[in-house]
Amino acid sequence: MDLGPEALAERLTMAGLEVDAVTQAGPAFTNVVVAKILAVKPHPGADKLFLCDVTDGETTWPIVCGAPNTRAGILSPLARVGATIPGGYTIKSSVIRGERSEGMLCSEEELGIGPDTSGILVLPEDLPLGLDLADALDLKDTVLDISITPNRADCLSIVGIAREVAALTGRPLRYPEIRIAEAPRAAADVTSVTILDPDLCPRYTARVIEGVTIGPSPRWMRQRLEAVGLRSINNIVDITNFVMMELGQPLHAFDFRFLEEGRIVVRRSTEGEPFISLDEKERILKADTLMICDGRKPVAIAGIMGGLNSEVKEDTAMILLESAYFAPSSIRRSSRTLGMGTDAAFRFERGIDPEGVVRAADRAAQLMAELGGGQVLQGIIDCYPQTVPVAKDIPLRLERINDILGTEVPAEAAAGILKALGMEVRGEADGTWRVTPPTYRVDVTREIDLIEEVARLWGYDHVPTTLPSAAAAPVRKAPKEHAADRIREVLTGAGYTELVNYSFISQTAPDWLGLAVDDPRRRLVRISNPLTEDQSVMQTTLIWGLIQTMARNVRAGAGDLKLFEIGRLFFAGAAGELPVERDSIACLLTGLRYDDQWHHPDVRVDFYDLKGVLEGLFRALKIDGIRFDSANPEPFLHPGRACRIFVGGQAAGILGEVHPDLLERIDVKGRTVVCELDLDALTAATRAVSAFRGVSRFPAVARDVAFLVPRELESEALLGHIRETGEELLEKVQIFDVYDGERIEPGFKSLGLRFSYRKADKTLTDEEVQQVHTALVARVVERTGARVRGES
Amino acid sequence: MKEALEELYRQAEAELKAAAGEADLLAVKTKYLGRKGLLTAALRQVSQAPAEERPALGRRANEIKEMLAARIEAALQDLAAGRKEAALLAERIDVTLPGRGTSPGRLHPITQTTREICRIFSGFGFSVAEGPEVERDYYNFEALNMPPDHPARDMQDTFYIEEGVVLRTHTSPVQVRTMEKQRPPVRIISPGRVYRPDSDVSHTPMFHQVEGLLVDRGITFGDLKGLLAAFLKQIFGDETVLRFRPSFFPFTEPSAEVDIRCVMCGGKGCRVCGQSGWLEILGSGMVDPAVFENVGYDPEEVTGFAFGLGVERIAMLKYGINDIRLFFENDVRFLDQF
Repeated sequence: MDLGPEALAERLTMAGLEVDAVTQAGPAFTNVVVAKILAVKPHPGADKLFLCDVTDGETTWPIVCGAPNTRAGILSPLARVGATIPGGYTIKSSVIRGERSEGMLCSEEELGIGPDTSGILVLPEDLPLGLDLADALDLKDTVLDISITPNRADCLSIVGIAREVAALTGRPLRYPEIRIAEAPRAAADVTSVTILDPDLCPRYTARVIEGVTIGPSPRWMRQRLEAVGLRSINNIVDITNFVMMELGQPLHAFDFRFLEEGRIVVRRSTEGEPFISLDEKERILKADTLMICDGRKPVAIAGIMGGLNSEVKEDTAMILLESAYFAPSSIRRSSRTLGMGTDAAFRFERGIDPEGVVRAADRAAQLMAELGGGQVLQGIIDCYPQTVPVAKDIPLRLERINDILGTEVPAEAAAGILKALGMEVRGEADGTWRVTPPTYRVDVTREIDLIEEVARLWGYDHVPTTLPSAAAAPVRKAPKEHAADRIREVLTGAGYTELVNYSFISQTAPDWLGLAVDDPRRRLVRISNPLTEDQSVMQTTLIWGLIQTMARNVRAGAGDLKLFEIGRLFFAGAAGELPVERDSIACLLTGLRYDDQWHHPDVRVDFYDLKGVLEGLFRALKIDGIRFDSANPEPFLHPGRACRIFVGGQAAGILGEVHPDLLERIDVKGRTVVCELDLDALTAATRAVSAFRGVSRFPAVARDVAFLVPRELESEALLGHIRETGEELLEKVQIFDVYDGERIEPGFKSLGLRFSYRKADKTLTDEEVQQVHTALVARVVERTGARVRGES
Repeated sequence: MKEALEELYRQAEAELKAAAGEADLLAVKTKYLGRKGLLTAALRQVSQAPAEERPALGRRANEIKEMLAARIEAALQDLAAGRKEAALLAERIDVTLPGRGTSPGRLHPITQTTREICRIFSGFGFSVAEGPEVERDYYNFEALNMPPDHPARDMQDTFYIEEGVVLRTHTSPVQVRTMEKQRPPVRIISPGRVYRPDSDVSHTPMFHQVEGLLVDRGITFGDLKGLLAAFLKQIFGDETVLRFRPSFFPFTEPSAEVDIRCVMCGGKGCRVCGQSGWLEILGSGMVDPAVFENVGYDPEEVTGFAFGLGVERIAMLKYGINDIRLFFENDVRFLDQF
């Protein structure tokens, strides 16, 4: 192939096989070369050490070595002074028991290229001296790390990727050659397979290999397994993994000794059946887990992991090799239930090639004979009770390809692409093709799947760029969106900064806020798999999050805060119903009113700061009929400085200073004011347009009255009585003074009210004003018991 | 007599010139122009001059009187103006001190980014659609061609509430709900919070998406390319280089991942783009016929495309933010920068 790794990566990526990384896989050592031991003599100061003369072809070095197989004439890896070897070691020039050593002769294990610790690695004699060991042993490789999307089960193997590369480049594909010399004894004479649940296991094949010798795998195989991230176990287990990676078919090797009655039975588990898997964990199975059993007991969780009871051991000699097709959804359910996401399960649940089962068994058997010295018994047991459905003769309309893609892909090109992918294309007279994908393409079953294949290989770059021609309907903006936009404008204008907290809160939040047992904010929506306890329920108020955010900022040294959030609240609904979701706005204010401005040193915020902002907000949203009611304050608010907000008589929110006890708990000093309003209620109350009212050209007449009232009387009590009269001449009444200091008798306060009178069409006379004003003041006095302190 | 008058004038002029302040000026005024002033007296004496001299003398005396009066008045006004000026200068302030009042707060960068995205799509005729965040499995998965036990569900780890109810993992369920309610054509975007159990430098368990859906007669994959290219050029600039790469989403086919040339390194390869030179920005694709069938649309009648993008990802690239968790820590020192 004439493509370099980077260019190949690019081609694969642009065909939908995203290459995440191209890495050079190499050994974990540097500066280790092929060297020859010229002479060996015993170390004068140590029994078990040798003094060697070692040449790397250029220089002869004195080396102290303790390996029992040290011998003159052999080739061995020499880590020269300055070399690094696994474990973070750097080889230094040293003196060992009085003798100089200029390097180190290494074992396989010391170089991290094999398990052998018995002595130094003996290299083939024909290797040139001084050659870098990585080159000498062909340890360097390029690894493409490819993200395979869930639909492309067929690409979860080297051959699968090779098929794609062949289709992309037009180069021929070479499959591994499979040749087995079978022994005369028939597998069918020693074992059998019975499938009791063919819906979950439509096909099970088995081969028997006897006389294998368990040992380490050859280096080439270990290297390849390590390159794909697998650990080498022994030759037999490695072969099953190797073939899975090569062909995409997961395999399992049983030690035939441990299969009671020498046979395989495939069946569903029964509820509560215990099983110890290869990872030595005991699993309690749910019913319906597909199990591979021998004549008496389970020996593997089908498609997921083998059992400890039938594991290949050092003295294993006879293997039953499993190559099967399991129903993808069954494997997926079991692997999720058991929390076992193995490489085998990953492939089975995505769907393997039902027709590739035998080839993989043969390939593995071949390798077991070659690398394990085994005899492959004659024949393969192929129990195939239920046909796995594969797509055949999918209709494909050529014009549909171009209608969907917006292209003009010629018929020959489209057919060429499909054929390159191994599909059979039969042209029909009516312009509709019948396409049969190869059995490994389990993702291709419909016309649209074929169109995708054409698009993918035609190249997305070759699809002309157009704009949708259809006329768009006018863009609509929902009233709530409008209201939220306006609220953001008003609040940022008032100096408030928006924050976004997670929608989850701690399930202890309602207790922390002291909410009553029947408070609707205790109707929590719980997450059954939360990441942390702090994020285990969906929020029913934004205030908890705001307070936490404040506490964090205060700890970080930012104590003057004006914050708001627009977020969603979730209240558990009736059984079977989704939760009720409400959008909410909340503000928090703490610290200095004007930050640290030199104009206003040290003025701290209180209730009225936030109330003023809300009044402005209501005005901006054109919401009338607001009432602030101090009855039933929230438990987490200051009992004397909190209220509920009603819009048009409906509860719409709360406002108040945070209860000092609560502030103390989070170590925040100074008054903190919060509010929370229901966005849906505000949106509903927003007036779109208000009718114009004329502006009088005639002057207003003002009258000021100071009323003496009990301290706890709310100003609204006075104003309410005045407003109730609906007096036409009264343009407005304002509170211009509140005073309860000296000169006022204890328990009372003075409320200064300014009455403004005006008529639309004439100047009012003093007499007219006086008459109305006197009546209003008298009414206030009569209804509230207020006393008039002064008047002007 | 004339001589005496001129002498008086010179004398008065000299005294005016010497006057040091308002008091001196007023003294000169009284001395010459007062009722018992010298010039007043001289004027009175004009009547005693010989008759033929009288008119000339009288004219001259009046002239001198007016000139003096005008001079004194002007000098007095100058003085007053000077005093006012001095008074104003005494009110001088330090204009470099900070001004008074509340400085505006900021919108969260996620809000700002979402707004920008929505504004652009609004220009393409897309309206905003909303849906629940606690969603039925059916809308989040099944209707989107992800039946239970489908491996594609691995692509999106999921928070579960109860059997069949999840925290939505994407805003795509809004598309299904919209199509159930509305006949084609459809042109919507759905911004909002989505949830997946994941937490590290590039993942938070809650994040924001904007997804879009366009369904009509004759919509093609080429239209998808054109619209998304137009969007990305608006948001990242006209010079943005992009590529459409085959990918897989269960609810679209063919599917495309849209990458832009890395905005940090310009394609040379850096930490942000994982050395690839490209940044994944958008997932997209032609709506899968199975999804249309689920909502009762005829895939032979209409086609369409859908796309989705992560708001945080766009914001991180636009502002050079390297840790997604910063968005939700809400440190005001962070928020104040936007």
